[in-house]
Amino acid sequence: MKRKIIGLALAASASIFAATAAAAGTLDDVKTKGFVQCGVNPALAGFGAPDAQNNWTGMDIDFCRAVAAAIFNDPTKVKFTPLTAKDRFTALQSNEIDILSRNSTWTMTRDTSLGLKFAGIMYYDGQGFMVKKSLNVDSALKLSGAAVCTQTGTTTELNLADYFKSNNLEYKVVAFEKNEEVLAAYQDGRCDVFTTDQSGLYASRLTFGTPDEHIVLPEIISKEPLGPVVRQGDDAWFNVVKWTYYALVNAEELGVTSKNVEEMKASTNPEILRLLGVKNADGTAAGFGTGIGLSEEWVVQIVKGVGNYGEIFERNVGESTPLKISRGKNALWNAGGLQYAPPIR
Amino acid sequence: MEPAVAYVRTEEAPKLAAPANLVGWRGWVLANLFPNWKNGLLTIIAGLFLYWVLSNVLGWALFRAVWTGENRDACAVEGVGACWPFVQAKFLQWIYGFYPIDQRWRVNICFLVGGAALVPMLMPSAPHKIWNALFLLVVFPLIVFILLTGGHFALPLSTFAGVAALLAIAAALLPLSVYGIEEGIQKARINLVLAGVGIVVWIASFLMNFGTVPTPIGVMSVGKSVATLLFFASGGLAIVQLMADRNLGALSVLRGWLIVALALFLAMLLLKIDFGLEPVETSQWGGLLVTLVVAITGIVFSLPLGILLALGRRSNMPIVKYFSISFIEIWRGVPLITVLFMASVMLPLFLPPGVNFDKLTRALIATAIFASAYMAEVVRGGLQAIPRGQFEAAQALGLSYWNMMSLIVLPQALKIVIPGIVNSFISLFKDTTLVAVIGLFDLLGIVVAGFADSKWASPQTAPTGYFSAALIFWVFCFGMSRYSQFIERRLNTGHKR
Repeated sequence: MKRKIIGLALAASASIFAATAAAAGTLDDVKTKGFVQCGVNPALAGFGAPDAQNNWTGMDIDFCRAVAAAIFNDPTKVKFTPLTAKDRFTALQSNEIDILSRNSTWTMTRDTSLGLKFAGIMYYDGQGFMVKKSLNVDSALKLSGAAVCTQTGTTTELNLADYFKSNNLEYKVVAFEKNEEVLAAYQDGRCDVFTTDQSGLYASRLTFGTPDEHIVLPEIISKEPLGPVVRQGDDAWFNVVKWTYYALVNAEELGVTSKNVEEMKASTNPEILRLLGVKNADGTAAGFGTGIGLSEEWVVQIVKGVGNYGEIFERNVGESTPLKISRGKNALWNAGGLQYAPPIR
Repeated sequence: MEPAVAYVRTEEAPKLAAPANLVGWRGWVLANLFPNWKNGLLTIIAGLFLYWVLSNVLGWALFRAVWTGENRDACAVEGVGACWPFVQAKFLQWIYGFYPIDQRWRVNICFLVGGAALVPMLMPSAPHKIWNALFLLVVFPLIVFILLTGGHFALPLSTFAGVAALLAIAAALLPLSVYGIEEGIQKARINLVLAGVGIVVWIASFLMNFGTVPTPIGVMSVGKSVATLLFFASGGLAIVQLMADRNLGALSVLRGWLIVALALFLAMLLLKIDFGLEPVETSQWGGLLVTLVVAITGIVFSLPLGILLALGRRSNMPIVKYFSISFIEIWRGVPLITVLFMASVMLPLFLPPGVNFDKLTRALIATAIFASAYMAEVVRGGLQAIPRGQFEAAQALGLSYWNMMSLIVLPQALKIVIPGIVNSFISLFKDTTLVAVIGLFDLLGIVVAGFADSKWASPQTAPTGYFSAALIFWVFCFGMSRYSQFIERRLNTGHKR
C-alpha cells in the first residue's frame, strides 16, 4: 500500500514509470537491463544530433556506443536521452541516465562538489577566432586593430580582453545579446573577427552561404575540455567509462582501426596484443578486460563497433564532413596534440 | 390632332447606365479606396507596403525557394529563398519526433481514431453526443495511452487494493450526495466515523511504524492494512444502507458509483495486459505528437478543473473558497516556465533515489494545473455576468446547488465566456512550446533541433524551419478560433449585448 494515494492519483501515468531503485552498481544495472542509458545533446552538429531517420550521430553519441560495445559487444545497445544544458546534471544525479556525454566542460566544481566524475576528454575545445579568408590572416596574433564580434556577458568576452591585452593587440569589441545577432553582424561585415568556442565556430560556419570563404584560426585562448561524465561513488562504472575512452585513444596510437582489428590480433607488438586482450605467450589470459568487469576482447569489441578515436573524429567532425574540423589540439600526443592515454599493461 | 407641346416629353427618356465611376469595380475602388485625396494617399501607401511585404514573403517562400535537393548544397547558394527540401526531409520527424520509425503506425492510429471521433463531436447535428463524448474522454485516452506507451504495465495488486480503497471512501460519501449534507451526516454517522478513523490510521502509518503483516496481496504495513479494512467496512456499510433505502435517487447514485468502479478496474486490467506492443518511452516521443498530447491534456483537464475552481471561489464554504483562491492565485502568479523547471529540475531531487517521474508526465501535470488556474478566472467572469435573479429563480424552483449550476447558471455563463475559453486554449496550445526548456521535443523544439543536422545546415535552414513551424501552429490556432466563432453564432439566443 506504499505511496498509495500518490500512486493512485497518478496511477495511470506517473507511478507506472517509476523506476526501481538502483541497488547494485551501475555496471551490474546496465548489464541487467541490457543497454546503456546515455544523456546527449539533441542539437549540436558533429557531437550529438539525430538525422532525419532518427539515427543519432556525433562524437558524444559514438562514445556512448563505444561503452555499449565494450559491455555488450553491440554498439546499438544504447538508449539516448536528449537533455538540455540545465537538466543534464540532475538527470545524472537522479539515476535517469548512466553516462552524460553531452559536450560538458570539465571544471573543478563539477568534478568535486557537484558529485560528478569526468572520465576523460573527448574533445579539447576552447575559444577560437574565425575570419574571412580574404583578410589573409593566419594567426590571431596578426589581428591587431580588428573589430571582434562576440556575445555580451559571457566568459568569451573576458577571455578576449585578456588575450588581446596580454599580447598588446589593439581591438574593438562589437558585442550582442544573442548568438544569432553576433553571426548576422559578422556576416554583414560589421566586424572582422567572430569569436566563440571553436566547435561552435565550425558549426556556425555551416550556416553561412559560403563556408569556404571563412577560416578558423589555429589559436585557442581558453580551456574547454569536453568529456563524458558519470556519478561519483561508483568506481567500477567510472573505470569502465574511463578505460573505454583510453582504449579508443590507445587504439589509434597503435594503429588499430575497425578495418584491421582482426589482423592486428596476430601482431608481434606486445602493446597491441595487450590492448586486444590476446592471450600471453604462456597461454594465460591477458586479464585487462576481465579486470574491469568486461570480456577479454573488450577493445576488439569497441574498435569493431565504432572504430578508434581518430576514426570517430574523422567520421563526425573531421575534414571529410561538412564541419571540416582539423585535429589541432585533438591530435594524438605524439602528433602535436593533447590526446594521451595511459598504457594498458 | 393637337400638336404636341414642344417642351413636354411624350415618352420617358431612355434610362442611362449608372456613371461608370459609381458601379462595378471602378465604383468600388473610387468609393472605398480613393474617395478623397487623403484616403487615396493612404491607399497608395498601404498598397505599396502590402506589395513590399508580399513580394518579399512570396519571393522568399515561393519564387526564389529551393524545391529539390539532397543536402545542404542545394540551399547553401547565395540569393536563394526558403529551403523546402529540408522540410521535406525532416517533416515526418517533426510529426513523430524520435518515435521509432517502424512503430509510427501506432501514432497514426491515434491521430485517425481521434480525428474520426472528434469531427462528429464538433458537428452540432451529429447524433449520439453522449456516447461520442464518453468515447473521446474515457475510451480514446486509454487507447492512446496503451498504443503510444506500449501498455503492459506492472500494476501490483497493492495498486488495485489502493483503487478499491479509494472507491470505498467514495462510497462512504455517497449518502451525503443522496440525502444532502446535513441529513446525510445524520444517517451515515457510523460509516463516516469509520472512514475518518481509517484516514487517521492511514496518515499515522506514515508517521510511525506499526510493523508489517502478511496479507493475500503481499506483505503490507499493519497501519495501511487496517486503514484499508476500515475503508472497506465504511464503504460497504454505506452501500448496504443505500440499497436498503430503495429510494430512486439512492439507487441511481449507486449505479453511477458502480459504473465508475467497474470502468476503473477495467482500465487498470487493460493497462496490465500485454498486447505485444514494443514499449516506447516518452523520451522518444516528440514533434507534433508531443505538442498535441500536452495541449489536449491541458485543454481537457483545464476546463472541468477551472469550472470547479471558479465555483469553489464563489462558494460560501470557507475551506473550499480559500483553497480555490490560494490555488488559483499561486499557480496564476508564477510563470509557466518556472513551474516546468521546478517539475523537471527540482522534483527529482525531492523524490527518493531511484523513483523517477516521467518527464512528460511532469510537464502534463504542470500545464494542466497552470491552465486550470487561468480557466477558473475566465469561467468566474462568466459567472459574475449572470444576474442574481437567475440564481434566485433557480433556488425558488427548489433546485439543488448542482442542479442550479448545471441547468441554469453554467450554460449561460459558459456561453458568455466562449471567446475567453478559446483564448485560453489557444494560448495554452502555443505555451506548449515552453516544454522545450525541460528537454521535451515539441514541434518547435524538434524543428530547432533539426537545424543542428550538419547535413542540412545552411543560411536558409533556420528561417525555413521557423516559418513552417509558425504555419503549422497558425493552422491549429486559426482552426480553433473559427470553430469557436461558429459555436458562438450557434448558441446565440439573442442576448447579444
